[in-house]
Amino acid sequence: MNGPRKYLRIALGIIVIAGLIVVPMNFNRYGLFILSQWAVMTIAAMGLNLTLGYAGQVSLAQGAFVGIGAYAAAIMTTQGAPLIAALVVAVVLCFVVGWLLGYPALRVQHHYLAFVTLAFSTLTFLAFRNEDWLTRGIYGISNIPRPVIFGFPTNRPLPFYYLCLGSLGIVSVALWWLIRSPWGRAFLALRENPVRALSLGIDTRRYTLMAFAIGSALGGVAGTLYAPLTQYIDPVPFNLSLSLDLLMMVIVGGAGFFFGPFLGAMIAVLLPEWLRFTEGYYLMLYASAVIGLLIFSPTGILGILDRLLSERRTRAASALRAVAKSGLEAAP
Amino acid sequence: MTAVLEVTDIRKSFGGITAVDGVSFDVREGEILGLIGPNGCGKSTLFNCILGQLTPTGGEVKVDGRVVTGLRPSELNRLGVSRTFQLLQVFPKLSVRENLILAGQEHQGSMMSRLFGPSDAGLTKAADRMIGFFKLDHLAGEAAGSLSYGQQKLLDAAMAFMGGPRLVLLDEPAGGVNLTMLADLKERLAAINRERRATFVVIEHNMEFVMSLCSRVMVMAEGRVLATGRPDQIRDNPAVIEAYLGH
Repeated sequence: MNGPRKYLRIALGIIVIAGLIVVPMNFNRYGLFILSQWAVMTIAAMGLNLTLGYAGQVSLAQGAFVGIGAYAAAIMTTQGAPLIAALVVAVVLCFVVGWLLGYPALRVQHHYLAFVTLAFSTLTFLAFRNEDWLTRGIYGISNIPRPVIFGFPTNRPLPFYYLCLGSLGIVSVALWWLIRSPWGRAFLALRENPVRALSLGIDTRRYTLMAFAIGSALGGVAGTLYAPLTQYIDPVPFNLSLSLDLLMMVIVGGAGFFFGPFLGAMIAVLLPEWLRFTEGYYLMLYASAVIGLLIFSPTGILGILDRLLSERRTRAASALRAVAKSGLEAAP
Repeated sequence: MTAVLEVTDIRKSFGGITAVDGVSFDVREGEILGLIGPNGCGKSTLFNCILGQLTPTGGEVKVDGRVVTGLRPSELNRLGVSRTFQLLQVFPKLSVRENLILAGQEHQGSMMSRLFGPSDAGLTKAADRMIGFFKLDHLAGEAAGSLSYGQQKLLDAAMAFMGGPRLVLLDEPAGGVNLTMLADLKERLAAINRERRATFVVIEHNMEFVMSLCSRVMVMAEGRVLATGRPDQIRDNPAVIEAYLGH
C-alpha cells in the first residue's frame, strides 16, 4: 500500500469512529437501541465471518451461540454475578461447544455441514425452551441488569451503547490481529485448497476446529451483550432465523472481507427501520434487494468494491508491462 | 550413505484394481531419483502413499529410519518431507511472497507462538531469498494467479523448499513448462540439491529432463518396479524400451 492512500484510510477510519461516538449523543432511546443492536450483531457476524468467510466452513448455528451467551449472561447476572464473569463463562462455553461442533466439519463439507450445524441450532433452541429449571422455558428471563463498568452504571441507553461500541472495538482489533497473523493465512489456505495446505505442514484439522471455536466464542460475546441490551430474553430470538440472518449479514456484506459484517449487520438491522415508511412491503423490498445483489455480486457489497479496485490495479499493471515491453523491444 | 527414504513392499488397491503392487526402493541422502513409467502405472499413487495422502493397503515407509506409514501429510511435512503436485497448486489470491511465507510458516515455532508473533512468522527475508533464487524478483508482490503457467510452476517448486526439507517429492515439475523456463527449473533444482544436500524423487515424462537431472532412475509399469539404474543403463534396457520408451 502506498503512503497517501494509507493516510486516507486512517483518516477515514478516525472519522467513522468519531462519528459513531459523537453522532448518537442526541439520538433517542430507540435509535440508541437499534445502534447497540447493530454493534452486537456485528460481533456475532464477525465470528461467523471467521468460520465461513475466512476458513470456508459453513455454519448455520451462529444464532445458537448468541443464545448460549445470552442465557449465560441472563442466568448469571440475575443471580447477582457480574457481567464480566458471565462473559468468561460464555466465551469458554461457546469455545468448547464450537470446537466440538467443528468435528463433523472434519468429515463433511458444504451442504452436509450446513445440515449438521442446523440440527445443532434446533437442538439448542429446544434446550432453551424445554429446560425450564435453567432457562425458565417460554416465560423467559426478565429484569436482566445492566452492568457497572469501572464505576459507571450503563443503565441508560447511551452508556450502554458505548459499552457495545467499545466491545465491538476490542473484538475488531483482536480479530484484525488474528487475520493478519500466520493463523489468518492458514485459515485462508484451508478455504482455498485444503490438500495443498496439508502438504505444506498446515494442520488443517486443528485450524478447522479453531475456526469453529473462535467464531462461536464471538457469538457468545455478542450474546452476553444481547441479554442486558434487551433486559429480557426468551428462546424465540435464538431460533434458526437468527442463524440465517447472521449468515445473510456475512454474505451480503462480503464473506471473507474484514468489514463485511459491519456493512451486512448495518443493512440487516438498520434497513428495516429506514424502510418502515413502506409498511407491509419492507420484507419484499429487502428480499428483492438481496437477490439482486447476489446475482450482480455473489461476493457481497465489498466484493463489488474489491472487483473495481483489482480491475484498476490490473489495468495499471498491464499498462506498466506494455511500457516495459516496448522499452525492451526498442533496446538493441 | 544413509537412506533418507526407505519404501518396503508398498501396496495400494482401489476395490479390485491394484494400482501399486509391492514396490520397494531406497533413496540415499543427496540423491535425485527419477521415477518414470507409462500413464496409469501407479507413480502418483505411490507418491500419495508415501506422503500420507492415501493410506497404503500394505507395506511400510521410513524417513530417516523412522516409520512414517499412516502419518498425516501435515505431520510428514513437519518432519521434513515436502512435495509438489502434478497440477498447479499455488494460492492464486495470495502474492508470490505470501505463498512462500505460507509454505514455510508452520515450520516456525508453535501454533501459539505464531499467533502472537509477527504476521510474516519472521519469513519475509527467507521468502525474498527464495524468490531471488528462483528468479521471480519482479513478481514478489503480484498475485500468484496473475503469473504465467511456467512462473506458477516455478513458484510451486519454490514453495516446496520453504520449510527447509530433507526430502522433496516432485510430481511432474516440467509438465507444461516452456524450454527456457525448463532449463531454469532444472538448473535451480540441481543447485538446491548441491547446496543444501536436499534429496529428491522426481516423477517426470520429459526424458531429457529426467536423464540429465537424475542420478538414478526407477521405471514402473503396471504397479511394479520394472528396472532401476543409472540413466544410461535405463535408456538401453530392452524391457524399459518395450514398456515405455519405445523403439
